[in-house]
Amino acid sequence: MRVRLLYFAVLRDITGKSEEVIELPEGTRAAEIWNRLRGKHDQLAGYERPPMTAINETYVSPDQPLRDGDEVAFIPPVAGG
Amino acid sequence: MFSVLSVVINSMSYLTDAPIDSQELVKRVMRPSDGACVVFEGVVRDHHEGKKVESIFYDAYRPMAEKEIQRIIDDINIRFPQVAAAVVHRLGKLKVGEASIVIACASPHRGEAFEVCRAIIDRFKQTVPIWKKERGPDGEEWVGWQK
Repeated sequence: MRVRLLYFAVLRDITGKSEEVIELPEGTRAAEIWNRLRGKHDQLAGYERPPMTAINETYVSPDQPLRDGDEVAFIPPVAGG
Repeated sequence: MFSVLSVVINSMSYLTDAPIDSQELVKRVMRPSDGACVVFEGVVRDHHEGKKVESIFYDAYRPMAEKEIQRIIDDINIRFPQVAAAVVHRLGKLKVGEASIVIACASPHRGEAFEVCRAIIDRFKQTVPIWKKERGPDGEEWVGWQK
């Protein structure tokens, strides 16, 4: 399956991109994508659990299995207002 | 019977790249039956945790931020049907003294207008996917991110 991964704020700076499409085995969870990112980027290594996770613009548990076509975003600590 | 709910504007964008006109928000919410309007402006200040701040860059997951703000407004409309509320958050680069958010709450009486204004900003800061990068003489930093 393919999912679209969006990067915002500090995560965009760390990864150097604002989005990418990735190919994953069926049923992969957002938390597993987070672990991949931790493996790739030293600045994230200390973050065992993902920040808040959104699938298709709604907050969900990072342990929810993903489906083909999902849009996934890890939400760093928000600071609006 | 006249329904105050019908006056609340739900279909507009809550995000803007331009300076916010708070008087426009006041006009949007005020009805002849209102005796109070509370306006909250969140403003860029020149310091944060002992560091000088010159400007702030606001970033957002725009479509999700719009939805989250709509959720806040919908909940408020259910809990406080007599209050009309409007919210606009600005994105991009803001200088010290500029408003990043304006919330206007109109109500027949002041108590609920104050209460709702406070409730909206408190919840906004917890759930809406907006981020800020502070810039100052010492460099720049995403607020809230522990390195």
